[in-house]
Amino acid sequence: MNLFEWIVKLWEENWELFLNGTKNTLIMALVGTIMGFLIGLIIAIIRTIPTSKNTNIIAKVLLKAINFILNAYIEIIRGTPMMVQAVIIYYSLFVPMQLDPMISAIIIISFNTGAYMAEIVRGGIISIDKGQFEGARAIGMDHVQTMFHVVLPQAIRNIMPSIGNEFVVNIKDSSVLNIIAITELMFVAKQAGGTYAKPVPAYIITAVIYFILTFTVTRILRLVEKKLAGSDSYTICGSQSDPNAEIHVKKAKEEFR
Amino acid sequence: MENVITLKNLKKSFSGREILKGIDLEIKKNEVISVIGSSGSGKSTMLRCINLLEEVTSGDVLFHDKSVINGDIDINEYRSRIVMVFQQFNLFNNMTVLDNCVRPQTVVLGRSKEEAKENAMKYLRKVGMAEYINARPAQLSGGMKQRVAIARALSMNPEVILFDEPTSALDPEMVGEVLDVMRELAGEGLTMIVVTHEMAFARDVSDRVIFIDEGVICEQGDPKEFFANPKTDRAKAFLSRFLN
Repeated sequence: MNLFEWIVKLWEENWELFLNGTKNTLIMALVGTIMGFLIGLIIAIIRTIPTSKNTNIIAKVLLKAINFILNAYIEIIRGTPMMVQAVIIYYSLFVPMQLDPMISAIIIISFNTGAYMAEIVRGGIISIDKGQFEGARAIGMDHVQTMFHVVLPQAIRNIMPSIGNEFVVNIKDSSVLNIIAITELMFVAKQAGGTYAKPVPAYIITAVIYFILTFTVTRILRLVEKKLAGSDSYTICGSQSDPNAEIHVKKAKEEFR
Repeated sequence: MENVITLKNLKKSFSGREILKGIDLEIKKNEVISVIGSSGSGKSTMLRCINLLEEVTSGDVLFHDKSVINGDIDINEYRSRIVMVFQQFNLFNNMTVLDNCVRPQTVVLGRSKEEAKENAMKYLRKVGMAEYINARPAQLSGGMKQRVAIARALSMNPEVILFDEPTSALDPEMVGEVLDVMRELAGEGLTMIVVTHEMAFARDVSDRVIFIDEGVICEQGDPKEFFANPKTDRAKAFLSRFLN
């Protein structure tokens, strides 16, 4: 049998396993990215809380302590491989708790992604013009209101490409979690290829599935990006002669968008 | 009459350099005050200290005789009562013109959407921007942006509006449309503190002119009197530089 015939044979015999692995990979990557994003948002909001000399001393100390812990979390997670984190956390914490491996895996990915997202979101926030913060604060918004209504909508739009990157990385890097016996795609590939000692066709199938996943995801994220950018046309309501007139103004497409 | 805003020996330093060297100022209700002075004299810093965008180094800012610095009044509530119009407009780029005027009302003042929208439309009509409620800030000219920013400020129904060089970033042909709006507001009895380089506006519209030089109020008084007969040498030098 040639390579192509092996691919067909392995697919026919194992397609259910492959689909199941794909499902698990996708769930881990999707939930992990979303949870990681939320963790990143919360961390970034906390880390950008402004203090002045009028802030009371307890709040100041508390904030310092929280910031120290958050920094440690970010540095440790970013500074060690996810596979290592997975083994240590899973066997020392989650196994004794008898936590489901899939849930364990999602928690590990979420925490891992959160550390990267915190930095991505922080980058997004500091890229926003100072005037946007001042405009919001000068009209009476507090830090959280300023973030949610003014800064984050703009920051998130700017960091969408990076969030997409994280998602794609998660789809691929979740493969290391087969070390804690998750039946994700790589696990299935090893299994299917092992039956006949034919790893290459099994891995080609896996590669194709990974590519389809990541390609689809990047396309969808592009659409979301466009949507977030908002419409580039608007309507002028009413004119001097006709109060019900509607004039549609379309702006030339901005570059780089 | 009661003072709306009182500054008491207000000082502000940036990394050891003293920009404001003790400002005392009392602002009464319905007063229109123009603050003039050369660049770097500290007039914008004073305005930014009033609404605490800059941390005050020493001295006090009182709002209806309550200290804003010592926390007698909630800082965000205070800011919503004395909103600011900026040189660079600072409209919220992620919102339409209407949202820019509605969202602060619902978020900060807790008004209902309908009430906020009605109020916003009233002021957008006043500044002549009602047709553009669906546009985004990036699609507007500088003069239009500043008029929206003024409508946004008015929508909060504040007691005072602080104007920080509202026409300095505008093309010359757009200065007039913004000054017209401000002139109208001054005529209606709004309390305004205007940091400006528009000497004609300061002379014709304001009730009092404050001349700031090197971090202190050098001279203040009736605008006609000030422009016709400045008393201090520094004010004379400033005005002569401006007129030539």
